[in-house]
Amino acid sequence: MMPFQPVVLATDALIYLLVLLAGSLAWYTRRHAHLRAPWRRVARSRTAMGSLVVIALYVLIGLLDTLHYRPASGEDGNGQARYASEVMSVLDLIATPLREHSEKTYSAPFATHLYARETIELPGGGQVRDFPRLKWGGAHLADPDADRGADLLIRVLGGVVLGGTAWLLSLAVALRRRGHRWRRWWRDPAIGPLRSAAWAGLAVLVLLGLTLTLAGAYHVLGTDKVGEDVFYQSLKSIRTGLVIGTLTTLVMLPAAILLGIMAGYFRGWVDDVIQYLYTTLSSVPGVLLIAAAVLIMQIYMSNHQDEFNSLTERADLRLLFLCVILGVTSWTSLCRLLRGETLKLRQLEYVQAAQAFGVGHFTTLMRHILPNVMHIVLIVVVLDFSGLVLAEAVLSYINIGVDPNTNSWGNMINSARLELAREPVVWWSLLAAFVFMFVLVLAANLFADVVRDAFDPRLRERT
Amino acid sequence: MNQTRPQTGHDLVLDVRDLCTHLGSRNRPVRAVDGVDLRLHHGETFVLVGESGCGKSMIALSTMRLLPPSGRVVDGEVVLNGRSLLDLPEVEMRRERGGRIGMIFQEPMTSLNPVMTAGRQVAEAVRLHDPQHAADPRARVVELFRQVGIPDPARRVDEYPHQLSGGMKQRVMIAMALAGRPDVLIADEPTTALDVTIQAQVLQLLRDLQRETGMAILLITHDLGVVAEMADRVGVMYAGQMVEVGAVDDFFRQPRHPYSRKLFRSLPDASKRNQGLDIIKGMVPPLDREFTLCRFRDRCEAARELCGGGPPPWQGETEDGYRCHLGVDDIHLEQAVLPVTRDPVENGGRPLMQATGLKVHFPIRKGVLRRTVGHVKAVDGLDMALHAGRTLALVGESGCGKTTVGKALLQLLRPTGGSVDFDGTELTQLKGEPLRRLRRSFQIIFQDPASSMNPRMLVGDIVAEGMRAQGIGGDRNAQRARVAELLGQVGLPADAVQRYPHEFSGGQRQRIAIARALAVDPRLIVCDEPTSALDVSVQAQVLNLLKELQAALDLSYLFITHNIAVVAYLADEVAVMYLGRIVEQGPVGRILNAPAHPYTEALLASVPVPDPARHREVLRLEGDMPSPANPPAGCHFHERCPKAEPRCREAYPPTVALDETHRVACWLHQE
Repeated sequence: MMPFQPVVLATDALIYLLVLLAGSLAWYTRRHAHLRAPWRRVARSRTAMGSLVVIALYVLIGLLDTLHYRPASGEDGNGQARYASEVMSVLDLIATPLREHSEKTYSAPFATHLYARETIELPGGGQVRDFPRLKWGGAHLADPDADRGADLLIRVLGGVVLGGTAWLLSLAVALRRRGHRWRRWWRDPAIGPLRSAAWAGLAVLVLLGLTLTLAGAYHVLGTDKVGEDVFYQSLKSIRTGLVIGTLTTLVMLPAAILLGIMAGYFRGWVDDVIQYLYTTLSSVPGVLLIAAAVLIMQIYMSNHQDEFNSLTERADLRLLFLCVILGVTSWTSLCRLLRGETLKLRQLEYVQAAQAFGVGHFTTLMRHILPNVMHIVLIVVVLDFSGLVLAEAVLSYINIGVDPNTNSWGNMINSARLELAREPVVWWSLLAAFVFMFVLVLAANLFADVVRDAFDPRLRERT
Repeated sequence: MNQTRPQTGHDLVLDVRDLCTHLGSRNRPVRAVDGVDLRLHHGETFVLVGESGCGKSMIALSTMRLLPPSGRVVDGEVVLNGRSLLDLPEVEMRRERGGRIGMIFQEPMTSLNPVMTAGRQVAEAVRLHDPQHAADPRARVVELFRQVGIPDPARRVDEYPHQLSGGMKQRVMIAMALAGRPDVLIADEPTTALDVTIQAQVLQLLRDLQRETGMAILLITHDLGVVAEMADRVGVMYAGQMVEVGAVDDFFRQPRHPYSRKLFRSLPDASKRNQGLDIIKGMVPPLDREFTLCRFRDRCEAARELCGGGPPPWQGETEDGYRCHLGVDDIHLEQAVLPVTRDPVENGGRPLMQATGLKVHFPIRKGVLRRTVGHVKAVDGLDMALHAGRTLALVGESGCGKTTVGKALLQLLRPTGGSVDFDGTELTQLKGEPLRRLRRSFQIIFQDPASSMNPRMLVGDIVAEGMRAQGIGGDRNAQRARVAELLGQVGLPADAVQRYPHEFSGGQRQRIAIARALAVDPRLIVCDEPTSALDVSVQAQVLNLLKELQAALDLSYLFITHNIAVVAYLADEVAVMYLGRIVEQGPVGRILNAPAHPYTEALLASVPVPDPARHREVLRLEGDMPSPANPPAGCHFHERCPKAEPRCREAYPPTVALDETHRVACWLHQE
C-alpha cells in the first residue's frame, strides 16, 4: 500500500510540460553557438545573476507546491488504501506546522496575543475582556511580555548563523569543485557575476535559516481573519503567481507565433484575416472579456458540481481557465510584433534565395523565419511575465480572478482591503502580499532587461 | 574669400599631425588610425583612398571630433588655421563644426530630418554660423540652394526630404555644409550611394564650388575613378596608416607603394578580358595589436628579408612620399595572373532564356478600400535573350528596374505580362511542383552577402539547402561530400562547414553564396550586383571566380550591375535599361565604344575613369530619372536627352536593328 496517491491537476500537467520544454530548449541552446552567445552575455551580468537566484527560489517553492498527492487515511474493508479527499502538495507537507497552527482570528506579526479582545473565563471564576494568548504563536513562552525580546533575539541570531554556515559550506564545496582559491574568488573581476549570485544566495539562505528558527514558534507575518498564517498563504500564492505568469504565455505562444509569422510571410488575404482577427480582439476591453468568461465558467461549474472530485480540482480548473482567457487577450501584441518583423525578414535575400531553390513555404517558415524572430518571442515572454503576475492581483481584487479558495496575492489583497478601514488597522496581509509580489516582479524585470539587452541585435552593435 | 579670417602666413589650412585614434576597450584597442600626417592647402582637393576598414572615415571623424562613443583620439594634433581643434572646449568646437569646417556624409537619405523642411534645416545652419543672415535666413537659404544647383530654389526650400531625390538631398547636405562658408569641406564618400549620372553632377558641383569659394576639400572615397577626376593630391591608406601620398598625376603614372600598384592591377577593364585579375593575397590584418613590422608584408609579393627589420620608414616628404623599406625601383611585382581561356561561344542557335514583352507592374493602392489608383511600371515590355555559356550584362541606374527583371525572369516575382521561355518551357504559366523542379536550373546571387544568408544556419547547411530542397545529391554523406567539394571549388577551407556566416569576410561570404547557387548544378545564374558591396581587391577575387566557373561549367550569367568596368571585363553582351525598358542592346565592344543611344553615351561619359589624363568629352545628364509610376509621354528619356527632337515627345520609338546583334530604341536611328 502506498502512503500517498499522486495527483496531477490540469495546471500541474502543463507545468511539467513547461519544465520539459524549458529543459529541451536549454539543451538545444547548448548545442548552438548563436543561441549560447546571448545567454553568455546574460551570465556576465551581475544584476541578472542576482535576480536569477531570487527567481530560482520562487520557482523552487512553486515546483514544490506543484507536486500534489492525497495522503492515505486508513484502509477500507478489502485492505485497499483509502485516500483523503483533500489534495496536498509537498510544500504543504514541509510547511505542516504553518498550515496547522491556525489561530482564532487576526494576530499581528510575532504577536503572542490575539488582535481582538475576547471574554476570557478566569480560572478562579469570573470573566474579563482582554486579549487572549495565542494557541501557537509564542506559546512556548512562560511570560510573553518579559521573555519575547530575548527569545526573538536568540532565534534571529540562530537563523543568521544557520543560514551563514549553510552558505559558507556550499560555497566551499562549489569552490573545491571548480578548483578556485578563496582569494581569487574574492578579487577576480571575471567571476564578478558569480559573486553577485553568491551574495544573493547568502540572502536567500539567511532568510531560510530565519524561517526555520522563527516560523515554527511565531506567526512571522501574522494571521488573517480566520486565523490562518499569512506567511503560509504568501508561500502558497507563489505557485499561483508563477502559473499565471508562465502558463498564460505557454497558452498564447503557439497562436501568436504561428499567426504572426503567417500573416507577415503570406501577406494577401491570410494577412487580412489575421489582422482583422487581432484588431477586433484587441479592441474589446480585456477586463470585460475576462469578466464574461469567468462568469460563464462559474455558471458551468455550479451546474456540473459532480464532475469535480474536490474543491482543489475545481479551483485549479478555474486558474487554468483564467490563464487561457488572459492568453487570449494578450497574444495580439506579440502577434503584431512578429508580423512586422516577418514582413521585414521575408524581403531579405536569404528568404528569396530559399525561394529560388524551390524550398517549400512551411520549411521556409520553420528554417528561415522562426529562428530569426525567436529573440523577440523571448524578450516579450520575459517582459510579459511580470505584467501577468500583477494582472492576476488586479483581477482577483475585483473578484474576476482566481477562485476565492485559491491562495493568491490578489485574494490576499482583496480580503485585506476591508480591514484597512479598521482601527487599529490590519496591515500585515497587504504588506506580505506586496513584498512577495514586489520581490518577484522586481527580479523578473531586472532579469528581463538584461535578457532584452543581450538578445537585441541593435544594442549589440553599439557595444 | 572672406577677409575677416586671420592670415596664417601660408596657405596651409588643415594640418593633421601624427593622429592616433583608438576604438573599443582600453585593454585591447582597435588602432583605427595609427600615426597619420595629412596636410590640406587652400583651394586644393586631397583625396583619401583605401578599402573599407582602413581608417579613412575615422580621420574625418577625429578631425570633426564626432567619433563614436567607443572612439577616442589618443595622440596627435589637428590644427585648423593655426587653431588646435583637439584642445578646444566642446562649446568652441561646435562653432568650428559647420563654421570653418563642414562635413557631408555618404548617406543623404538618413542625414536629413524627415519631419522638417529642407529649407528649415539649412536655415538652422545659417542661423548658427552666419550672424549676418541669422535674423532672416530665408534669402540666404535660397541663395545657397541656387549655389548648389537645385532648380527652382524658392519652391524647394519648403519641401520635405521625402519629396527630394537622392541627388537633391545630397545637394541640400552640401548647402548645409556651405552655410558657414567653411575653409575646409570634408566629404566622406559623398557619391557612393548615388547613381553614376548623379555622381557626375555632384562631383562637378563640388569642383565648381571650390573654384568659387577657394575652400579646401578632403574627399574620402574607395573609387580610383573618383580620385582621378577630383584629386589634386592623393593619400592611400592601408590598415590605419598612410602608405603613400603624392600628386595625382604622379600617382596614376607611377604608384610607388606595392599596395597602390596592386590596387590598380586588380581593377577590371576591357583590356584584361582574356585573363584573370590580379589579386592581393590574404586579408587586411586585424588592427587590435601593435605592429612591429610592415603591415603589408604578409600580402606583399615584393617583400624581402629587408622587410623583416622593423616598421617601414617614410620615404620622401610628408606631402610626397611612401611608406616602404624598398626603393621605387626595387619593388618588383610578378605578373602572376593566369589567363582564363574560354572558347568564344557563338551567339547563334536557340537562346537558353528568352523574355518577350516582359512586364512587371506593382499596383499603387490608396484609401480605405485599398483601391488601385495606378501602377508602378517597374518593367514595361522588355525583350531580351540569353545564350548558353555567355554573359549578358544588364546595366542602368538604380530604380530603372534591373533587379526586378532578374527576379521576374526567375519567377521570384510573378510578371504581370509577357512571356519567359527557358529552354523550351514557358515559365510564366508554370506553377507548383513543375516550377519547383525546374528551379535548380536557374539560380541567383545577391548583392549583399550579409543579408543573403540566414545568420542562424551553419555554412554547411546553407550550401546544402538547395540540394535538400530539390532532393538531389544523394544521401546525407554524399551531400556532405558535395558541399566540401563546392567549398573547395570557390576557395574556402573545408572547416567552413561548421561555422556561421558572420565569421567570414564579405568576399568569403559572396563565395559561399556562389557555392550555394552552384550546388544544384544550374545552367543560368542571375548575378545581382554581386561585387558592388565589395572592395576592389575582393571584387577581383569574385570576378576571377565567376570567370573560371563559367569556363569550367559552361554557365550563363545575367549580370546586373551599374559598374561599367566590370561589364567591360566580364560581359559578352550588354543591355542598357532606362525606366523599365531596354534602350540599347548589343555586343560589349560595340556598346562601350560606339554607343548609339544618347542615354548610353551619357551613362558611359558619367563613369569616372581611373586615369586623370583621359578626361573625355563630358556629356552630363541633367535632372533625375522620372518616376516609373508616371513615365513621361513619348520617349522616356526625352526630358533629359541633350539631342531630343519634337517627335521624341510624341511617341515611344520602336526598336531598330542597326545590324544583326545591335539594337536600339531611339528616334535618331529611325532612318
